Amino acid sequence: MSKKLLSLVLLALTTFGANVSQGKTQLIIESWRTDDLKVWRDKIIPVFTKTHPDIEVVFTPTAPTEYNAVLDAKLKAGTAGDLIACRPFDKSLDLYNAGQIVALNDLPGMDKFSKFALAAWSTDDGKTSFAVPMASVIHGFIYNKKIFTELGLTVPKTEQEFLAVLDKIKKNGKYIPLVIGTKDQWESATMGYQNIGPTLWDGETGRKALIDGSAQYNKGGFLATFEALAKWKPYLAPGYQALAYADAQNLFAQGRGAIYPAGSWDIAVFRQMNPKLDFGAFKPYSFEGKGEVVIDNHPDIALGLNAASKNKEAARTFLAWVATPEFATLYSNALPGFFPLADGDFTFSDPVAQEFDSWLKQGPQTFRCSYQILSRNANPNNENDLWNACAQVLNGTFTPQQAADFVQKDLASWYKPQQAK
Amino acid sequence: MVKSKRGLPIHILVFLGPAVLIYTAFMIYPLCDSLWLSLNNKASSGAGQMFVGIQNYLTLFSQDRWSAPLWNAVRNNLVFFVIHMVVQNPIGLLLAGLLATRIRGAAIYRTIIFTPTILSVVIIGFVWKLILLPSWGISRALFGIVGLSGLGDYPWLGTESTTLITLSLMSVWQNIGIPMMLFLAALIRIPDDLMEAARVDGASSWTIFWRIQFPLILPTVGLIAVLTFVGNFNAFDLIYATQGALAGPNFASDILGTFFFRTFFGYQLQPADPFMGSTVAGVMLVIILVGVLIYLFGWQRRLQQIQF
Amino acid sequence: MRSKFWSAIATHAVLIAYAVVALFPVLLIILNSFKDRITIFSAPFALPWADSFTLDGYATLVSGSHFEWYFLNSLFVTTSSLLLILIVGSMAAFALAEYKFRFNLLTSLYLSIGIMVPIRLGTVGILRLMVNLHLVNNLLSLILIYTAQGIPLAVFVLTTFMRQVPGDLKDAARIDGASEYRIYLLILPLVRPALGSVLAISMLPIWNDLWFPLILAPGEATKTLILGAQTFLGEFANDYNAVLAALTLAILPPVFLYVIFSRQLIRGITAGAVK
Repeated sequence: MSKKLLSLVLLALTTFGANVSQGKTQLIIESWRTDDLKVWRDKIIPVFTKTHPDIEVVFTPTAPTEYNAVLDAKLKAGTAGDLIACRPFDKSLDLYNAGQIVALNDLPGMDKFSKFALAAWSTDDGKTSFAVPMASVIHGFIYNKKIFTELGLTVPKTEQEFLAVLDKIKKNGKYIPLVIGTKDQWESATMGYQNIGPTLWDGETGRKALIDGSAQYNKGGFLATFEALAKWKPYLAPGYQALAYADAQNLFAQGRGAIYPAGSWDIAVFRQMNPKLDFGAFKPYSFEGKGEVVIDNHPDIALGLNAASKNKEAARTFLAWVATPEFATLYSNALPGFFPLADGDFTFSDPVAQEFDSWLKQGPQTFRCSYQILSRNANPNNENDLWNACAQVLNGTFTPQQAADFVQKDLASWYKPQQAK
Repeated sequence: MVKSKRGLPIHILVFLGPAVLIYTAFMIYPLCDSLWLSLNNKASSGAGQMFVGIQNYLTLFSQDRWSAPLWNAVRNNLVFFVIHMVVQNPIGLLLAGLLATRIRGAAIYRTIIFTPTILSVVIIGFVWKLILLPSWGISRALFGIVGLSGLGDYPWLGTESTTLITLSLMSVWQNIGIPMMLFLAALIRIPDDLMEAARVDGASSWTIFWRIQFPLILPTVGLIAVLTFVGNFNAFDLIYATQGALAGPNFASDILGTFFFRTFFGYQLQPADPFMGSTVAGVMLVIILVGVLIYLFGWQRRLQQIQF
Repeated sequence: MRSKFWSAIATHAVLIAYAVVALFPVLLIILNSFKDRITIFSAPFALPWADSFTLDGYATLVSGSHFEWYFLNSLFVTTSSLLLILIVGSMAAFALAEYKFRFNLLTSLYLSIGIMVPIRLGTVGILRLMVNLHLVNNLLSLILIYTAQGIPLAVFVLTTFMRQVPGDLKDAARIDGASEYRIYLLILPLVRPALGSVLAISMLPIWNDLWFPLILAPGEATKTLILGAQTFLGEFANDYNAVLAALTLAILPPVFLYVIFSRQLIRGITAGAVK
């Protein structure tokens, strides 16, 4: 027994230095996209290494909930990878300001991105960009086509139609009308509030008004969004308060629910979970007395260069490739639901992804209202508050007015432009 | 005890040295580093840090946006602890008492009952989340056994009134093996003759337990209480694994560990605040210290007076 | 005699009831890991039969991870740390229980700080230290941290037990001219139950820790089993087949270890009791 143990111990000891590969430059990518591990390994990286055989690229994701803390620790410890997946706005700006990722203004291909795309990974003055934009995600609704046919439903365009469709599904009783849980909290805000809200707060106009202090969470469109969200409550699954995000995905993928408030990234998930599921998508519904539907096209992920990387040259080569249309096409087709941020026309082999993308050409777009500047404060934090408030609205423990007042009061407690409003 | 002459004899140094060295380098030093952080804050110039004394502690206790979540976490932690004390430890004692009767198959029972304790919280959290998931139907079937299948659809981990209690009971389920083992070890060490004599005198098992066995394992009772206290006020993993760092719904399951984690490391868009985070850690330290001192100077002292 | 029979029945009834409570969730997971996705949901309590039996989850698992490496890493870290804790901890406990010296109380108090403070609170300091020592992504960093974390409780428990060892034995040995080191070795077998308890209590947090592997040794070559499982669960959160298979594989090694190890534990406990 002890001899065996000893040999195991020796075996383990010899693996300490095992990950140094011979001759090749190794690039490590840090990311929170654990879902994409296989796609990177089998589809994306091989295309790059075909033309760059001297560079080995390894994609090592960390679970999304731990990514920030782990990345922070790794950067401090000097163990972080060469390339760092960057969340939009302040999280990455902090990394840049702390000197942990470097400016990439001079990287070939950076000029092909629009100001809108670069804004999420640039300094406040817009002069320095520090990550190559990779993808945006779009919000909307995914529905089960079979159920819609079975119950004779048509895709809703207005709030009235939307609620009427939900009523019909509920009356039929066989399926869950609206599949979303509140346990993980973020879905309520991200796939609820930020999904239908932009139309009510006039997209960019409202988002910027919130930042300059001329609009408030407890007035106008932002309050109306809480009220619109509250109308979802009667149509949720039994015990939805205990449904986590993955559970909701499961319910919909199994065909047990009719409509799923979605982020476009869910397309790839459903394709993989249940290849037989026949689903389509419809865009956020319009509201009476409100103008065009505004789409939430959210800059989601970019790739930055670790300032402490020992392989900066190789890393820049890889980043320059990430900035090419070739990568954009490859990435967004391998991962339907992630849309390229580079300018230009792209087509997608997945019809549902194509459907999401088509909405961008039909009207104005914006991104999540709490991401730029407003969530800069640690406590109270605007994004956390929105999650909490939206989940509570769906749980029925907050009225829309209470939720709106709560979020506004916390924001005004530290954010100067919102004070004395 | 052997009284040594003046100074420290070399063998005492040899005995103490390795433990004290490892412990100091890899535990005390990093902890002091963190506590030092709690007495600092971002320098007003923007770069680096500066000494601010107890300013962070004053902020934590006086400003509503800090003190409200702090007291919420302390209150939840107390509930967590009380549930462990009134559920976990008595049941652990009962099981140990039954096993100590040298009943047939005791080894098998003990092995089985200890099983949840050896599993990772990652696993425990996931398992119970699945079982309590209304859409799976396991809990409906289980409540159905006692004729309450309606309760099976109840979102036990989703409402503010039930989440903390549910999580506490999950933790009890997992950790019950530890008090059971410690009680068992103590019970087995009691000489049989003592109980045999009482039995000959016609005492019932119940009387024997409370009159002979329980007083003899009092040191273990104290030890388990303080271990439970320390464990509960350090708890983090289970709540993090099942509810996430936001410890929802509406912070109903937020305990000091999750509050510390969120503040220290940040969350989603919430920036990390190492200074306030270490301050929360400092408060945790004081709470735990008070509990342990009560044990050391209250319980153990009294016990020694009784015994000797 | 009759009442003895009935009390034995009652004892068995209570123990069986609790054993079911303890084991049911674990069995449920293992059972369902062998069923296809439809049956997992439609008939969660059914045994896997020919029409519902599948190893899909395990196939996903095998193609996606190096569980055998993770297992060896966990085993190495856990056994090394435990060994260090027992040796170093029992030595210190012996000194504190046996000798009256000027800094005795102070040293015990100093060492017991560690029971009260979660070592996680020192994460940033630990990271800085490990970077300076070039121990990041090295299993040695985990071993040192776990040893430091385990020492306080080991010393605390072992001191209590060592104080209860009767003095005559040691005095007799001293009269025979035994050195203090010899006496320590003499005492050690007498506190075997305590060593067993320390082992049992210290083993769990080390084997099951997620935090330090995640931060100090996240590399593929140094991943522990729990970290591997966590990564896998995150990756396949909505693939219940794979999740249940991963849970099953993560459950089995510690249960297996425990079954082997528990015999030693019991021998220790009973030996101490019979004496």
